Amino acid sequence: MAETHEGATRRDFIHVASATMGAVGAACVAWPLIHQMNPAADTLALATTEFDVSGVEEGMAVTVVWRGKPVFVRHRTAKEIEEANAVDIGNLPDPQADSERTSKPEMLVLVGVCTHLGCVPLGQKATDPRGEWGGWFCPCHGSHYDTSGRIRKGPAPANLMVPPYEYISDTVIRIG
Amino acid sequence: MSGPNFSNPIVRWIDHRLPVFTFMHHEMHEYPTPKNLNYWWNFGSLAGIVLVIMLITGIVLAMHYTPHVDHAFQSVERIMRDVNYGWLIRYIHANGASFFFIVVYIHIFRGLYYGSYKAPRELLWMLGVLILLLMMATAFMGYVLPWGQMSFWGATVITNLFSAIPGVGEWIVTLLWGGFSVDNPTLNRFFSLHYLLPFVIVGVVVLHIVALHRFGSNNPLGIDVRGKQDSIPFHPYYTVKDMFGLGVFLIFFAGVVFFLPNAMGHPDNYIPANPLVTPAHIVPEWYFLPFYAILRAIPDKLLGVVAMFASIGVLFILPWLDRSPVRSASFRPIFKIFFWVLLADCVMLTYLGGKPPEGIYVILSRLGTLYYFFHFLILLPGLSIFETPKPLPRSISQPVLGSGTAGASKENA
Repeated sequence: MAETHEGATRRDFIHVASATMGAVGAACVAWPLIHQMNPAADTLALATTEFDVSGVEEGMAVTVVWRGKPVFVRHRTAKEIEEANAVDIGNLPDPQADSERTSKPEMLVLVGVCTHLGCVPLGQKATDPRGEWGGWFCPCHGSHYDTSGRIRKGPAPANLMVPPYEYISDTVIRIG
Repeated sequence: MSGPNFSNPIVRWIDHRLPVFTFMHHEMHEYPTPKNLNYWWNFGSLAGIVLVIMLITGIVLAMHYTPHVDHAFQSVERIMRDVNYGWLIRYIHANGASFFFIVVYIHIFRGLYYGSYKAPRELLWMLGVLILLLMMATAFMGYVLPWGQMSFWGATVITNLFSAIPGVGEWIVTLLWGGFSVDNPTLNRFFSLHYLLPFVIVGVVVLHIVALHRFGSNNPLGIDVRGKQDSIPFHPYYTVKDMFGLGVFLIFFAGVVFFLPNAMGHPDNYIPANPLVTPAHIVPEWYFLPFYAILRAIPDKLLGVVAMFASIGVLFILPWLDRSPVRSASFRPIFKIFFWVLLADCVMLTYLGGKPPEGIYVILSRLGTLYYFFHFLILLPGLSIFETPKPLPRSISQPVLGSGTAGASKENA
């Protein structure tokens, strides 16, 4: 039947076209319902923190809150800086030179969140366990970080993140 | 299809227009059930009853709870101290979650032992696995609501699991959090979903029961019901048996609620959440420990997460992994041994999940994980080919009445 062939094609076209329009419409409605779950404007507005690092003495570490997460500010000793540089970068799980991770070598600024599953590593207090490389140690699943916050051993896949920050004066940093 | 004759004229009038009474009579009264079910078959209806207990206590708790980071912990303490019987309702709800998992795990292992997942009950089984997944999501989000230290860090670790997904992982985690860390938006949405998901579970349970009633219950012999002599009506025989089982269950449940209400909890959750300090040992609730052990057994982040989800994924495809036509382990001598090995393996993984990830615990976790996947992916398909099952009885009545059927045994006498 000749007209079946022609009719079926036209009807198929209408089926496909209306189903496509329906799918596009559903996607347009779905997006606001998904995107409402992303950070709201007021949450995003709190996205920077300023901190005066002059009070952090050599060998001392301070934890600052940025975006609800801890940020580690550590005034490293000469020995710690030396240890961080005396590493064969090629052998690291997440290769990165110490110089790429600091803007002033003595002042290390890191997001204090383990890159494995988000626990806060220990090592900020002098009495904390600092792991085998003298940096930080995550008690949840046993990741060791060195004095540059680089992952050396354990399940974490990446180095402790360096947050975006800049010195807005000689001693004040703005994180975020 | 002729319905039952109801004597009450109002019931008759309603039933003629809306046949709910006929439906209930079919599905809960005359519903033919194998007559040889043992007590392991109590746990299905028991799980349904616990679900109702959780719904009722949960709705009541929501009348007093405040889902805000500044008030959540305090509102839970207020429930415990000031709300009339709040302590009782919260302890029933908190321990009810543990008992729900105890009942459901027994129900699952009963299905594993007697081959209840085999044709024609594959979809019934898969709906059950879906219920388990929904229960896990609901329990996880419920545990976050008191906003103690374990709530907060459990939420942090579990949501971070999704960051292992290549490419879109970070995006998904931010979407789950509604911010840059677990915070007030996270608590709000978890409360919303914790309220929603139990009703989704009720929906899937209805499908689970529809699929069950299509072919009826499996039974300890694992053979099909051959006729009237093999089955008895659900009511009063199994309603009474289920009520008796419920009574025994409630003795244990009440014992824990009244005398050991915090035995299955973690003391750190009575410390308000602190986003800057992680507790020294983060341990999930006991019912997640085997999966947590599998996650930690694998030293790679992505593969660990994949293995954890795969441990439930294999249950979905179990009906196609175990190809043996014999259902019940009673007639499968080798399968029976390895069933107990699997159970011991799961108990061991539960123990290891609660231990720190170091030394011998890591090695044992790896062996346990290896066996778990070996059992489902290699052993069961292999046994389907190599195992020689024992001869099956011809009917459910035969082992009791001597030969073939009730009629046949009379002829012989």
